[in-house]
Amino acid sequence: MSGPEHHSQVWTYRTPRARLLIWTGWVALVALFVWCWQLMTRDTIWFFVQDAPRQAVDIGSRMVPPRWEYVPELLVPMWDTLNIATLGTIGGVILAVPVAFLAARNTSPSPRLLRPIALFIIVASRSINSLIWALLLVAIIGPGILAGIVAIALRSIGFVGKLLYEAIEETDPLQVEAIEATGASGAQVLNYGIVPQIMPAFWAISTFRWDINIRESTILGLVGAGGIGLKLQASLNVLAWGQVTVILILILGTVIVSEWVSARIRHAII
Amino acid sequence: MLRIEKLSKTYRTGDKALTEVSVAVPEGQIMGLIGPSGAGKSTLIRCINRLVEPTAGKVMLGEVDLARLGTGELRRQRRRIGMIFQEYSLVERLTVMENVLSGRLGYVPFWRSWLRRFLPEDIERAYRLLDRVGLVDQADKRADALSGGQRQRVGIARALAQEPDLLLVDEPTASLDPKTSRQIMRLLTEICAERGLPAIVNIHDVPLAQQFMQRIVGLRDGRIVFDDRPDVLGESALTTIYGAEDWQAMRQGDDEQAEAEADAARRMAVLAR
Repeated sequence: MSGPEHHSQVWTYRTPRARLLIWTGWVALVALFVWCWQLMTRDTIWFFVQDAPRQAVDIGSRMVPPRWEYVPELLVPMWDTLNIATLGTIGGVILAVPVAFLAARNTSPSPRLLRPIALFIIVASRSINSLIWALLLVAIIGPGILAGIVAIALRSIGFVGKLLYEAIEETDPLQVEAIEATGASGAQVLNYGIVPQIMPAFWAISTFRWDINIRESTILGLVGAGGIGLKLQASLNVLAWGQVTVILILILGTVIVSEWVSARIRHAII
Repeated sequence: MLRIEKLSKTYRTGDKALTEVSVAVPEGQIMGLIGPSGAGKSTLIRCINRLVEPTAGKVMLGEVDLARLGTGELRRQRRRIGMIFQEYSLVERLTVMENVLSGRLGYVPFWRSWLRRFLPEDIERAYRLLDRVGLVDQADKRADALSGGQRQRVGIARALAQEPDLLLVDEPTASLDPKTSRQIMRLLTEICAERGLPAIVNIHDVPLAQQFMQRIVGLRDGRIVFDDRPDVLGESALTTIYGAEDWQAMRQGDDEQAEAEADAARRMAVLAR
């Protein structure tokens, strides 16, 4: 094999036309940014913005030193928060599993009727934030931990259901076909063909959601749904900045521990 | 005994995979099904246990027409048909024992399979089969921990756990190396002979088919173009099955491979010096 006599030193990744289009795109993006900035800052009161660093320093100085004596009073609400997250996750996962099987194309018993319903449940649950679920539930079942648990569970259905039904759709159809070929019933095919394949995804999704729920449940108290958020709101209302610091440190610690636990669990599965 | 009568399959796309295929497999016969890819080999064996729905024709297993069954009765009849797959199709995250016992799913109620509380005779049979395929000490390993040849042995044990009246075998050696392929084919033919079990084996490897099959059926474009003993399968028959060009290409491929191997051996010898 012999190549051409002379090799060019010029090679371009894009054609001139493509380069022109890309540059036009960037210019348009910058113009859009400038326009948006003007729109955004029209109603800004610049005096407050200039004042911001001073205010931040002021609040910061009030936040130290933390009022450590406040910690014993926080332990029970913190325990409540953990329980809201954990029980809410368990409830959400239990409700999400059947929804996921109804929503997955390869397991849904009726793709025309039940599948759209299951998908709607998932979208509805996901589109409403936990805090808004909690607001509604505090109005319906009254303030307290129960409202928080149910809010977390309802929000988790969508998240777990969506990821789980995607995992179900990604299972290897050959393994399922082999179980079908033995004369197994529909329930047995699920149990032997599908469930073993989605178990790692199931545990990973559940612990990930638990991890998220711990963070979400810390603020549910702001709307009266129990837990540490109640204390946070109470401290903010009386401008007890030292207590706010303690609460934030406690939340940070809890989140770090929960991240560590869920990372360990995920590691153990894989 | 299996009797297929005028079986046709047209896919929804309009592709005619099988056209009026008729063939009978008597008790204890191992029939090899050869043909180029796209000839309808896989479709034919999948139409027998209805993993693919046939468009027309009869599939008589004993006195039952499998092509006419409703879902409940189909499940009961599927228990009589063991299937072995090209990619083993074991449930990778279940243990070897669970995979073999899954051959009994059609016979046990759901709660037993859910709790893995199989009948003592099923468990004994599973151990016996694992012993037969030489894997009894691997029973509690997970299927994905096994090698290709071992997995295919588990696949064989699972099919036999059904106590089938017919074995369907889809390219059993396509994912295996030549030596393991021969071991698996020997095991399959021995087991079929021991039990007088009829089998249909899809196989793309012509020499392997000639070595192990008692009868060879050649399929081309969804029609049977050859049906005889393997020693009758000669140049002209293979040209009919694969088409003159492809058969020459396959043979040439073999020659080229031998040449390439010889060339590689020469070069290695030079390097070693």
